[in-house]
Amino acid sequence: MIYRASVLFAVALLGLIFLRLAGGYAERSALRPLAEHYVSQAPLELGVSNIVTGILIAYRGFDTLGEVAVLFMVAASVGLLLRKEEAGRKYTEEGRRKPAGEIVTTGTQVLLPVILTFGAYVIVNGHLSAGGGFQGGAIVASGVMLLLLADPGTRVNAAALSVIESLAGVSYVAIGILGLVLAGGFLDPRFLPPGEAGAFISAGAIPVLSALLGIKVGAELSVIIDRFGR
Amino acid sequence: MTTILPVSSILLVTGFGLALIGLCCILLHRHLLRIIIGSSLFGTGLHIVIVATGYVTGGTAPIIDRALGPAEPGRAIDPVPSALVVTAIVIGFAVTAVMLAYAIRLHSARKTFDIGAFTESKW
Repeated sequence: MIYRASVLFAVALLGLIFLRLAGGYAERSALRPLAEHYVSQAPLELGVSNIVTGILIAYRGFDTLGEVAVLFMVAASVGLLLRKEEAGRKYTEEGRRKPAGEIVTTGTQVLLPVILTFGAYVIVNGHLSAGGGFQGGAIVASGVMLLLLADPGTRVNAAALSVIESLAGVSYVAIGILGLVLAGGFLDPRFLPPGEAGAFISAGAIPVLSALLGIKVGAELSVIIDRFGR
Repeated sequence: MTTILPVSSILLVTGFGLALIGLCCILLHRHLLRIIIGSSLFGTGLHIVIVATGYVTGGTAPIIDRALGPAEPGRAIDPVPSALVVTAIVIGFAVTAVMLAYAIRLHSARKTFDIGAFTESKW
């Protein structure tokens, strides 16, 4: 009881802080100088239409590399944590795991190609419209999740996914170094011609980086989902 | 179009409210999975708050297309919070995945999700 009361008291105090923050907030009517610079300069410097992708992949590209490293670390640590004593686990699993019903199985057959195509579309359209590597990779991984839900017996080839993921990561860093040699700095996408803004092949190396990011994120999330499913 | 409340205020209140619900969920529940859901809710609420602070009155998405010509950058919303939140969502996902893995591990050790069963980790 005392615990409950003190919890509610703490939450109320935090709520008071939040209330003051929300009450004192005035909506901005103009962009901050940094954002102003990004919005006006990104299309000119990089030829990218989607400013958010421009920031993620070009201006804060190193940060994105670190983020992908975090995902890689999580895939590794989840694998370590969920590594089972195989024999004892399998026995209990046999009774529990049944394939899903007719509706889910048929739905998977219809939806899976659509989901994967949409994921690929979102990945390669990151520099033109809403989308990008992370979002598209998550969509692809959701397709893998549907596959595992429909038939828990599905074995995702984790070894192949790891190879694909590592290749994508190595290529990402290699393109970063190419930027260092040929253009302004590490992960600078401007060593390829910027092209015409709004065209599919434009924005220098950003679509390539975005595609690599999508492949890497999709593979990593699929591995994580597969490890939970096992 | 005029609204009584600015959009960003509605989003701020929603986000902070979600964060508070998440905190209540973390502190009041005894079930490990509910605690994880609470922490996920807390994070989602704060993501909404961060995105809301990037809103500029009358702004549109920071994508150069028919709705936003390259000559009028003032009409775009702030893209920096959006880019930050993409990062934050991924990190939130990562943290949730590790928490769930630990929960499964704890469950396989004690056959329960009740946090009261794990007393030896109390100080």
